Amino acid sequence: MLTSGQATESAPMKRQIPVTALCAVLAAGLFAPLLTGASALGFWLEVLLGGLMAGVLYSLVALGFVLIFKASGVFNFAQGAMVLFAALTVARLAERMPLWLAILLAIAIMVVLAILIERLVLRPLVGQEAVALLMATLGLSYFLDGFGQTLWGSDIYSIDLGIAREPVMILDTVVQGGILINRDDVAAAVVAVLLVGTLALFFQKTATGRALRAVADDHQAAQSIGIPLNRIWVIVWSVAGVTAIVAGVIWGGKLGVQFSISQVALKALPVVILGGFTSVPGAIIGGLIIGVGEKMAEVFLGPPMVKAFDLAGGGIENWFAYVLALLFLLVRPEGLFGERHIDRV
Amino acid sequence: MLYRENGQFKSTYRADQQMLPILQDRILMLALLAFAFVVVPFAASNYLFLSILIPFLILALAAIGLNLLVGYCGQISIGHAAFMAVGAYAAYNLVLRLPVLNFLVVLVLAGLIAAAVGMVFGIPSLRIKGLYLAVATLAAQFFIDWLFARVKWFTDYSHSGSVSTSPVELFGWRIDSPPEKYVFLLAVLVVFTLLAKNLARGHVGRAWMATRDMDVAAEVIGIRPVYAKLTAFGVSSFYCGVAGALWGFIHLGAWEPLAFNLTLSLNLLFMIIIGGMGSILGSYFGAAFIVMLPILLNQLPQWLGVPLSTAMASHLEFMIFGALIIFFLIVEPNGLARLWAVGKEKLRLWPFPH
Repeated sequence: MLTSGQATESAPMKRQIPVTALCAVLAAGLFAPLLTGASALGFWLEVLLGGLMAGVLYSLVALGFVLIFKASGVFNFAQGAMVLFAALTVARLAERMPLWLAILLAIAIMVVLAILIERLVLRPLVGQEAVALLMATLGLSYFLDGFGQTLWGSDIYSIDLGIAREPVMILDTVVQGGILINRDDVAAAVVAVLLVGTLALFFQKTATGRALRAVADDHQAAQSIGIPLNRIWVIVWSVAGVTAIVAGVIWGGKLGVQFSISQVALKALPVVILGGFTSVPGAIIGGLIIGVGEKMAEVFLGPPMVKAFDLAGGGIENWFAYVLALLFLLVRPEGLFGERHIDRV
Repeated sequence: MLYRENGQFKSTYRADQQMLPILQDRILMLALLAFAFVVVPFAASNYLFLSILIPFLILALAAIGLNLLVGYCGQISIGHAAFMAVGAYAAYNLVLRLPVLNFLVVLVLAGLIAAAVGMVFGIPSLRIKGLYLAVATLAAQFFIDWLFARVKWFTDYSHSGSVSTSPVELFGWRIDSPPEKYVFLLAVLVVFTLLAKNLARGHVGRAWMATRDMDVAAEVIGIRPVYAKLTAFGVSSFYCGVAGALWGFIHLGAWEPLAFNLTLSLNLLFMIIIGGMGSILGSYFGAAFIVMLPILLNQLPQWLGVPLSTAMASHLEFMIFGALIIFFLIVEPNGLARLWAVGKEKLRLWPFPH
């Protein structure tokens, strides 16, 4: 805390150099396949779109992280498990009732879950170090994984969103061969935009939203002017639960509801590092960068790497996001849009 | 009544600083060691060796390693199974490519290689801590998983990516039966426990603890955080590397890629939370707990006569793990080791009230 404050004042420009360099390398990597002629424009755009779509999902999970971190300083490792739990709930309820009712019921269940989490986990741990809370959410994620599957079963379930499956051809006048795009991907992107818009309105315009922002700014000050912290936490975990439902439904509708959701959702961690722990736009943009980055790396960087080092297959996308986040941590620990108050030694 | 230090006077600093200052503790420890080395190898069944004792001994070693980093130095890591993987694959390649080496030398070298890798991934800890470091160590986990699954050289170009080892031989002693494996592991563990215990109470360990408690204050009193954090990462990865090599060679014999995955990392973390952070003894408790819990959960429904599918049992295991972690963090953040210490305090007074 001591050193970082001085660093910004004395050498703001110097600090920017590594970040700018890293971003430049990323951008160069993004356009390299096009410029070197390694890929046709149409294929490149398809990969880009695929990455953006994956990125939307990461963004949605990351959004839940950021909301909770902003309001309570808890690094919610269980967000992925919450997405799995929400998706399982919707999928299994939708077998017995219409989808909209299932989603409403799932929202009610997530609110109850938020209340229970606040009562049983957060309240007893108030004032503990951040790391203890992180481990508590680790335990929570194990519990939710097990509980969801005990309650709803552990097969692969599907959620039928009622959207036609066959892809649509767009831009066939601009690019030769056109680009194939899935309708459910478009729907997902639209829903994500709507969700972020609603959240922004909720945060900016409602009294509760203002209270949430106050708590995020300063716990003690908020409490001293009479904002009930416990209720705020319930609200924020409920909102995170709702974003988990949205992410879970979109994800489940696309790939089926299964245990791996919980693991893949861990990728939201590098996303929030990249975007900044406290920034909602950061979560969205970070998600898109990671989504595009790892798809591009897998498609264009993978094959040459496999050839050069004689690897037994690609799979770069398994670690690309994490290593990118690691690099960002070294040059800009607060992320692209985060607030700078990181303790340094 | 029997357990009290009345009348045991220390007349030298040496006597005052010994590891177990109370005579009864020393007797108990010697008896325990004698029991573990002499009685257990003859009395235990093969099942007990293979599914409980051998995994317990190796995981206890890994848990001590992680505890040195998380419990003593306060640097969280969710990627320590990756360093076990480094140790295992390093040992595999050393045995394969330099067959003349003694297995003990291989163990130490594998540990050193893991330590080097661990220090590289520990570098971010110099700039960041807490939550951020957790993600940095996750990067280590996923990257190293991928490395060993994909780079063929590490697995000697085997088709499936899995590797197999031949039984370990040590000065003509072929370690292949369960009791022999047990005795070998026990000996290794005793040596490493002594090392860890002394390291933790010496100046290195104190530097770690000062860094954990308050890094700025530690720096003010002349501890270099760079040195403290990197040694903690190094020593901790060394322990995990040795444990990984033992896990591969002695316990598994043959393993597939992803044998050292995120689940194992999390399990190691759970061991030290449940056992007790910043306690060598706690690492033992935690390892025993995590090894036994799934077995108990599998057996319990049978004893009670309740039919339970394997899938259901594994989900219940997840739930109980999760609930226990939260329970321990809330009720007893210092874990089973603290309960043990409380019990010992009580025993000193027993049966008198004061």
